[in-house]
Amino acid sequence: MSANGAPDLLRLKGIDTYYGEIHILENLNLNVREGELVSLLGGNASGKSTTLKTILGLVQPRNGSVEFRGEEVTGRNTSYRIRQGMAIVPENRRLFGPMTVLENLEMGAYLIRDTKGRKEDFDRVYTLFPLLHERRSQLAGTLSGGEQQMVAMGRALMARPKLLLMDEPSMGLAPILVERSFEIIQQVHQSGVAMLVVEQNANMALSIADRGYVLSTGRLVLQGPANELLQHEDLRKAYLGR
Amino acid sequence: MNWSLFFDLTVSGLTLGSLYALIALGYSLVYGILKLLNFAHGDVYMIGAFLGWYALHALGGPVNPTFTGAVVLFLMFVVAMLGCGVLGVAIERFAYRPLRNAPRIAPLISALGVSIFLQNSALLIFGAAFRDYDTFDLIGVKTYNIGQLFFSVPQLLTVVAAIGLMVALTLFVARSRLGKAMRSTSFDREAASMMGIDVDRVISVTFFIGSALAGAAGVMFALVFGQIYHFMGFIAGLKGFTAAVLGGIGSIPGAMVGGLIVGLAESYATGYLPQGSTFQNLYVFALLILVILIRPSGLFGKAAISKV
Repeated sequence: MSANGAPDLLRLKGIDTYYGEIHILENLNLNVREGELVSLLGGNASGKSTTLKTILGLVQPRNGSVEFRGEEVTGRNTSYRIRQGMAIVPENRRLFGPMTVLENLEMGAYLIRDTKGRKEDFDRVYTLFPLLHERRSQLAGTLSGGEQQMVAMGRALMARPKLLLMDEPSMGLAPILVERSFEIIQQVHQSGVAMLVVEQNANMALSIADRGYVLSTGRLVLQGPANELLQHEDLRKAYLGR
Repeated sequence: MNWSLFFDLTVSGLTLGSLYALIALGYSLVYGILKLLNFAHGDVYMIGAFLGWYALHALGGPVNPTFTGAVVLFLMFVVAMLGCGVLGVAIERFAYRPLRNAPRIAPLISALGVSIFLQNSALLIFGAAFRDYDTFDLIGVKTYNIGQLFFSVPQLLTVVAAIGLMVALTLFVARSRLGKAMRSTSFDREAASMMGIDVDRVISVTFFIGSALAGAAGVMFALVFGQIYHFMGFIAGLKGFTAAVLGGIGSIPGAMVGGLIVGLAESYATGYLPQGSTFQNLYVFALLILVILIRPSGLFGKAAISKV
C-alpha cells in the first residue's frame, strides 16, 4: 500500500532535543504522510523513544519544529496534540494496572466527549479484540503480556487517532505474539490510520512498512523505502544480523 | 463496667474520628497523586475554621443570624470549603508545582514552609486570642440517640456530614470521568498525559477536593468544641496524617478507617488509660508506631506494587 504523493500528516524539522546538557536528538528531520506506515529503527539509546516523546510534547525540543496536520504544534501541550489526532501505544504498554480493562479503554477516549460515537468506538475495538469484551471487568494488571498489548492497542484506538505512534510493540512478547501484534498493526493501518512504529526488530518492522528511518545515537543514518532498506548492506549488518 | 462512660467515649471518638478521617483523606489524595506529604494540610483545616467563623459573623452572628440556623450553617460550610479549596489550589500552584521535578525532599521543605507561613499569617490576621463559635443558640442543645449512643447536634452533624462527604468522594473517584483521571494519574502520571489527560488540572482538582474536605472538618471541629485559634492545625494535621499512614497512605478507605481508629483510640485513652486526658497524644502515637511496626504499609496499603 503505497502512499506516495499523499500530503504530510506529521513533519519534524531540524529537531534538537536535550536531556539536561546531553544532546539526545541532533537535527532530526522526519515525516509521515497520511495513511503511511513508517518504521523508526535503531538500537538501545539511539533516541527512538525521545523522538516519540518530542512528537507528543512530553519533552520539548531546544530547536526545530513539530508540525501535525499542517499546523505547528511545537509549543502545544500533549493534551492538545492528542485532541488533534495523535495516540500512542507506549513502550511496555503502561496500562493502568489497578483499573479495569473497560476503564483503561475509557481513558483512551478521555478527550472524546460525544457519548454516541463512543459506543461505536467500543464496538470497533471489541470486534478487533473480542477477548477484551470478555475481560472488560478484569483489572488490567492481572492480564497476560499478550492481552495487555491488546488493551494498549485498543486504548490508543479509542482516541480515534489519525496518527498512531507505537513504541516497541514487540518488546517482551513471545515470538508468536509478536507476529500476531504485527498482523494487528497492519490491520489498523489498512483501515486508514497512519503509523509511526518504533522498533528494534528491524526485519519485522520493515516487512510491513512503507518507509523506514534508522537512528543511531540521535542522528538519522539511513532512510528510504522499506524494501530498499531491507536490502541495504549496512542495515543488514547492523540490525538484521544477516 | 460503666457503660454510660463507654458510650460517651464512643460518641466523642466517632466524632473526632470523622474529623481525622476528613483530614486524612486530603493527605492521602495528594500523596496518591504526587507522592508528596503536604504538611501544610493541617493549617488549611485551621483556615477553614476561621473562614467558617467569618461567614457566621457576616451572616449576623450566632445570636441574631440573618437566616435560619440551618441556612447559616450550610453557608458556613460552603464558604469554608470553597475558600480552602481555592487556597489548596494556590498552594500547589505556587509552592509545589515549580518543584515538580526537583528531588523529593524539596517539596517537603516547601510544605513545611507553607505550614509555618499559614500559621503566622493567621496569627497576624486573626490575632493570638481564641475565638468562640458560640453556636449554641444557632443549633440548640438537643441530643439525639442511636441506641445508647447520645449525640449532641454538632456531633451528629459531624458524623453524618463526614459520612456523606466520604460516600460522595468515593463515588466521584470510582465513577466520574475526572475521578478516573485522578486514579490513572496517581498510578502513572506520564501514561495519563499520553491519554490526553491534563495532568496539571487533575492535580489542581485533587488539591481542591482535599483542601475543601479539610475546610469542612475545620468548621465541624469548631461547632463541636467551640473554640478556634491559629495553631489548631498543627496537632490536628499530625493526627490526620497519622490516620492516613495507619490506614495506608494513598488509600481512600484506609484514610476513613484510619481516622476512626485514631479518633476512637484517643477518646478511649482519655477515658480509660492512666493520665489519659493529659497524655492522650502519647497513646495515639504509640498506637501509630505499633501498627507501622506490624504492617509498614498500613492497614489498607499495598506493599509497593510493581508497574506492569
